[in-house]
Amino acid sequence: MASFQVNGTAQRFDGDANTPLLWYLRDELGLLGTKFGCGMALCGACTIHLDGAAVRSCITPVSAAEGKHITTIEGLNPEGNHPVQQAWRAHNVPQCGYCQSGQIMQAAALLDQKPNPTDDDIDSAMSGNICRCGTYPRIRAAIKDAAHAGGHK
Amino acid sequence: MSPLAKLLAAEFAIVNVSRRRFLQHVSAGALVLAVGLPSSAFAQEKKYGADAMPHGTVDDPRVFVAIGDDGTVTITCHRAEMGQGVRTGIPMVVADELEADWTRVRVVQAWGDETRFGNQDTDGSRSLRHFFEPMRRCGAAARMMLETAAAAKWNVSPATVRATNHTVVHTPTGRKLGFGELARAAAELPVPDRHALRLKDPKQFRYIGKPLGPVDGFDMTTGRARYGIDATLPGMRFAVIARPPVYGGKVASFDATEAMKIAGVERVLEIPGTPPPSGFDPVGGVAVIARNTWLAIQGRNALKIDWDDGPNVSYSSDAYKAQMQASARQPGKVVRSEGDVASALARAAKRIDAEYYIPHIAHATMEPPAALVRITDGKCEAWACVQGPQLTRERLAKHLDIPLDSVTVHQTLLGGGFGRKSKPDFVVEAALLSKALNGTPIKVVWTREDDIQHDYYNTVAIERLEAGLDDNGRTIAWLHRSVSPSIQSTFAPDVKHETYGEVGQGLADLPFAIPNLQIENPEAIAHTRIGWFRSVFNIPQAFAIQSFAAELAAAAGRDPKDYLLELIGPPRRIDPRQVKASNYNESPVLYPIDTGRWRRVVEIVAERSGWGRKLPARHGLGIAAHRSFVTYAAAVIEVAVGDKGQVSVPRVDIAVDCGPQVNPDRIRSQMEGAVIMGLSVAMRGGITFKNGRVEQSNFNQYTVLRMNEAPRDIRVYIVPASYDIPLGGVGEPGLPPIAPALCNAIFAATGKRIRSLPITDDAVL
Repeated sequence: MASFQVNGTAQRFDGDANTPLLWYLRDELGLLGTKFGCGMALCGACTIHLDGAAVRSCITPVSAAEGKHITTIEGLNPEGNHPVQQAWRAHNVPQCGYCQSGQIMQAAALLDQKPNPTDDDIDSAMSGNICRCGTYPRIRAAIKDAAHAGGHK
Repeated sequence: MSPLAKLLAAEFAIVNVSRRRFLQHVSAGALVLAVGLPSSAFAQEKKYGADAMPHGTVDDPRVFVAIGDDGTVTITCHRAEMGQGVRTGIPMVVADELEADWTRVRVVQAWGDETRFGNQDTDGSRSLRHFFEPMRRCGAAARMMLETAAAAKWNVSPATVRATNHTVVHTPTGRKLGFGELARAAAELPVPDRHALRLKDPKQFRYIGKPLGPVDGFDMTTGRARYGIDATLPGMRFAVIARPPVYGGKVASFDATEAMKIAGVERVLEIPGTPPPSGFDPVGGVAVIARNTWLAIQGRNALKIDWDDGPNVSYSSDAYKAQMQASARQPGKVVRSEGDVASALARAAKRIDAEYYIPHIAHATMEPPAALVRITDGKCEAWACVQGPQLTRERLAKHLDIPLDSVTVHQTLLGGGFGRKSKPDFVVEAALLSKALNGTPIKVVWTREDDIQHDYYNTVAIERLEAGLDDNGRTIAWLHRSVSPSIQSTFAPDVKHETYGEVGQGLADLPFAIPNLQIENPEAIAHTRIGWFRSVFNIPQAFAIQSFAAELAAAAGRDPKDYLLELIGPPRRIDPRQVKASNYNESPVLYPIDTGRWRRVVEIVAERSGWGRKLPARHGLGIAAHRSFVTYAAAVIEVAVGDKGQVSVPRVDIAVDCGPQVNPDRIRSQMEGAVIMGLSVAMRGGITFKNGRVEQSNFNQYTVLRMNEAPRDIRVYIVPASYDIPLGGVGEPGLPPIAPALCNAIFAATGKRIRSLPITDDAVL
């Protein structure tokens, strides 16, 4: 059994505590915004925040969340208007959109740590997140815009 | 008369006649232009374009447009959204002609029903190419119905009312009625005859040609967008399947004891496969049904399965490559022949030959294949990320042995498609399992390993080229042998050659002005499922042709851009029938092979990229151009090569002439994406086989381009075009020039010629 907060709501999971958070969130809680891409922390589609830090939920067991705060894309901002989300829309970043939850969660965590990231900072923070459609140039531009807008808030 | 001159003469004869007919047809006025060009106007026997697709097109506004009392305009998009922006582009066209206010437009997705909606196969870069005009007619018809309804209410002549931005205005008095107030009355009216439609003058377009953000942008940035993998029903169960590791293999025996010990694993069952050629059908295997996806994966890990591999166990990429090389060094089936290549090669002042290799490519859509199916009272319902919902219906009906009308396919968003999701095998898997489990809703999820090891791969190819240059360095002979297993092998037995459509992706439609030219296609037999991958056979063919063009320039001591333009020759319109080019099944009259447009993208990208600009040491520029999906694209790539052979790409310039534009922002994003996917093809993953098994399994082995490897500077130039020429494709044509432009740049930077993909540091060093 494990207890934690998901997007500000207390939750308890009585199943196998080895279950990766990804599948707990998706299949048990029905929070479908967090995506499956690889199951091995190779693509970043499943990125969530655990006590504010970006983690890959596909390899993070439910047990690791004990007593912690989980934030998913659904909980990043109640209106969907986090500066990163706004910048994403201003740049029309998404193509198929599938990886974008993970990209946005990763970018939001980056800006929390580095409010004014350099290109190299962006490379090192974002290179774990694959986008097969090739939206990288727009992601980079959107992160810079979000930074100017005070994206870490 | 030289072969080229003959070509030109024949071409102009055809074009001139047809142009005259065309002009007679449209003489009624400018607005008629967009009414479309019924193929009967040209008395052609063969059908082309949308008319040749199953179920053709539909332009009935009652099918695509609904207007609520509150004025909300709901537009149905019947094409699959996989990132290309079609859910924005198609509604933009309808809304524009309808004079709807874009902020009051809602887009809904059609279910699979081609009798109702027209063709829904979303592939071949066809959606707007085939539906621009029908969707304009659809919007215009709805607008005229609203105008007629308003005129009737006011009891005035329809000629005195005009729809503008969600309102119908009586021009003499300024009276207005909103679309919502007119919707019910308009819905009672007959749909105007197609030939009575008044289409907008393109100068009046509100949305067409303007950059608009994707309609799903909010949902996609907030986790609300729903893909096939997100489909959910009460009581559903999750399935993961162990498939035969070798194509054509089957289960010899299996032991599920350990799997069934896992709490939450409910069933393990074998599902039947279709032996090669498996087509769109599943390859079979052992399915684990569980209460969540993770438990199903755990259950599968615990299975013990003995496989009967079958004959494709002999498939190994190294040996196959050697076999293809041997084939390429012998004459093969002649695809196209002009002049006398053998004697021209014999008398050439200089002879060059080169062989290019490109491995299989996996799609690796970020959303792996996934589908949910339930069967209730003999009726099947599927929720699936498919590019062809009607095709999916047909396969489900066949496998379940129920009428087509008993199958509903709900189209979800696609988390990437790139051709993978044209094949509904994964939906059939879910249906077979649901049927075996008394109709229980079953969601089949492919893991990344499943996706990479059981894909329908892009073909593998050896392209051998030989050329002869004269004393002045001009190419006088060109011999191309393409060895590459056909996609047709996935659907029919004993396929040994590329199809008419496949050789039409660079070989038969080669526009080079070379007097002695021969193109051959020796045999190649497939040992895995070959399928469409974004731009398909254009990838190997453009890689070889555009690399070789630069090799010839080097041999002649000429600038590669100038030499490429010389090979393309003077501006002319080549009739695709003259060279037996399939021309993407588009009309040869409307879509000739236009070397003027081809030259122009080369010239534009050269100029805008600063071709010849001064670069740091070990940087180089490469250029390549290709026509595919009746669109012209050219790229200039700047490469930087490290002292250990590491390749990086600081900047890419790409010019595209896709005819008239609907949504320039989505054209731009498709070009950006094609550049990055093209670089992945060139620099990263390739799929290889050993003993019939795929050697890669996840993103650690099948690598794709990441943020730190992507060019920071991609510049897209969209060639302006007037609306009196037809639209070209957008989703695919940006990709083919990328790999050759990169390899040409590496040559410029280092003098190393790369002929085998993916590029390795060692090859560049």
